Amino acid sequence: MSVEAPAQAQPVPPVALPTVHSELVRRQTRLAWWLLVPSLLVVALVALVPLGQTILASFTNERLASNRPVQFVGLKNYAALLTDDAFLHSIYVTVLFAVLTVIFELILGLGIALVVNSNFKGRGAMRAAMLVPWAIPTVVAAQMWRFMYHDVYGVFNDFLVQRVHLLPQNVAWIADPATSLFAVAAIDIWKTTPFMALLLLAGLQVIPTDIYEAADVDGANPFQQFMSLTLPLLRPAIVVALIFRTLDALRVFDVFYVIFGNRADTQTMAIYAQQTIVAFSDMGYGSAISVAIFLIIGIFVIAYVTIFKVEQS
Amino acid sequence: MASAKPYAGATIVYYGDGVGQGNDLDKAAATQFQKDTGINVTVVPRPQSSTDTFSQYQRFFQGQSPDLDVLMIDVIWPGQLASNLIDLGPKLGDATQQHYPGIVANDTINGTLVAMPFFSDFGILYYRSDLLQKYNISAPPTTWDELGQQATTIVNGEKGSNPTFGGFVFQGSAYEGLTCNALEWLASTGGGMIVEDGKATVNNPQAVATLNMMKGWVGTVAPRGVTTYQEEDARNVFQTGNAAFMRNWPYAYALGAANESPVKGKFDVAPLPAGSGQQPVGCIGGWALAASKYSKNPDASIEFIRYLTSPEFQTFRGVVGGYVPTIQSVADNPTVQQAQPYLAKVGNVTRVARPSAETGENYNQVSTIFFQGVNNVLNGQDASSVMSSTQSQISRLLG
Repeated sequence: MSVEAPAQAQPVPPVALPTVHSELVRRQTRLAWWLLVPSLLVVALVALVPLGQTILASFTNERLASNRPVQFVGLKNYAALLTDDAFLHSIYVTVLFAVLTVIFELILGLGIALVVNSNFKGRGAMRAAMLVPWAIPTVVAAQMWRFMYHDVYGVFNDFLVQRVHLLPQNVAWIADPATSLFAVAAIDIWKTTPFMALLLLAGLQVIPTDIYEAADVDGANPFQQFMSLTLPLLRPAIVVALIFRTLDALRVFDVFYVIFGNRADTQTMAIYAQQTIVAFSDMGYGSAISVAIFLIIGIFVIAYVTIFKVEQS
Repeated sequence: MASAKPYAGATIVYYGDGVGQGNDLDKAAATQFQKDTGINVTVVPRPQSSTDTFSQYQRFFQGQSPDLDVLMIDVIWPGQLASNLIDLGPKLGDATQQHYPGIVANDTINGTLVAMPFFSDFGILYYRSDLLQKYNISAPPTTWDELGQQATTIVNGEKGSNPTFGGFVFQGSAYEGLTCNALEWLASTGGGMIVEDGKATVNNPQAVATLNMMKGWVGTVAPRGVTTYQEEDARNVFQTGNAAFMRNWPYAYALGAANESPVKGKFDVAPLPAGSGQQPVGCIGGWALAASKYSKNPDASIEFIRYLTSPEFQTFRGVVGGYVPTIQSVADNPTVQQAQPYLAKVGNVTRVARPSAETGENYNQVSTIFFQGVNNVLNGQDASSVMSSTQSQISRLLG
């Protein structure tokens, strides 16, 4: 992600590159294609074929383990999707969750990255320790949080009600619709902030230190240094981290499944698709949902990439 | 086992209980069966989660695989898997006479017997006998109103010493278990059976009243978090002494009566309450045995099912494993009753089945619509508007 270097070469007019048709270039191009073939085949096999199958199935009424003949139903599944309140609600839940978690993870992750990037005793141990939440499998962590959130014997209620008397009575954190989405977002933030911090730390480490010395000489205070040096230079790393985390958050499944099961008001897009295909055996409609998820995530990717490009030029 | 002799030498694959005691009993059965009949049985433990088991069977059937002969299926699956299962009627029809008719009906799809009852669970009420005594309550509740009153009395008395004390816990999370609980509430108060004669019936005044009563209990008589409880959550609350009443399956009895249990000797069981003047009911849970249509050894498979569901073997499983029999004569057997002391008190409640046979392939979807609706009600929405939309969703699905 080093975007600074080519910036110098930009003034060259676009027509300057003449197309060379030497034998050497052609041979090298051919060789390059041959070298790419294995990986293209693997990509086609593990990504494009299933994607194609899913798109095909989304136009049918296929049912799993049923002897009803599979029929082509055209756009019927997609038409149903547009008026499916459960699916529309799942988009809302998922996007809200993604926005909530990504914002908090970015802020907290940036803070942690700045701390562990500075020089202090025990920095190595600190960097290792911060990764612990991320290393715990999500299902295990979610189950652990489920116990902590419990309205009768959970540690949060015990602490807030019995010890520090901050709350008058026990709160059912994950049962109450008013707190449930925040409760599950907190789990994800706790778990994935280290990942965000790690990506940002990598970005921080490639920033040369001499520019800060120069800034010191010029009399810039730490806040000015952060705003005019660190943040702009960290931008590429931030964008990569945001894309990673947003895509991850948009296909969230495990933490919601452990905490809420199939509760209607907390269904994410992935849970709805899984429920339709696995529990309802409705391969056709489930495939249409999967394609819709694919498109929605695609929109986010395009949005990020476009914004990033605009900012660059 | 004379009927099995002609198939000696055949090898069948049996997807039985998950690892643990159930698997040990399955292996013991396979060894004995092999000795008696010469038919070899390969026992494969199914995944612990029933959802995973279901999707695994689906994949086998999707590929019409002959690698699966006999399979253990949840009581709600016969309708969904029927088209892939062998008709057991011709060979095992006579044997069904001994089993509870409600369970046999559940395994009969469009007049075809597709599975044999293996063991059966049903919902029962656990209550703290010591607390009833402490608050001068002479008998466990027989109506839901009584349960509400008794629970209120006990909660008010216990709140001072234990602020987290809840009166009544059950399975209120949005999952299949809530369908069982809510079916018991409706069926025991004249609120119908969710689907009857192919039509959704959940939007009736009695069902709405019952569900609104339950909604009123959440956060007062029942802990607020009950809308996220599954079996183990409810059991943990009850067994640690934090609830006066609990609806659960029979498995919780042995655990509650174990030496390390804080409520050992302080609780008892009774049939679930009902509406006044109505019969108590228990939702049928448990598992059945079926044979795959794609099996290469259908006859040997049927003989193995005959063996596993025989009164002799059910007695063995009842005594050694505590599995609730599906045969009345086995349930009446003194050795079985000694191993399962609660049977004498609750063994006779009316068993009600979820509408899985009736809704066939659509059952999971019907159940999901229903439990999501009930969960929304328990979380605070009004039952009459939720049930009206639940009813129309189910009706649209069933066409």
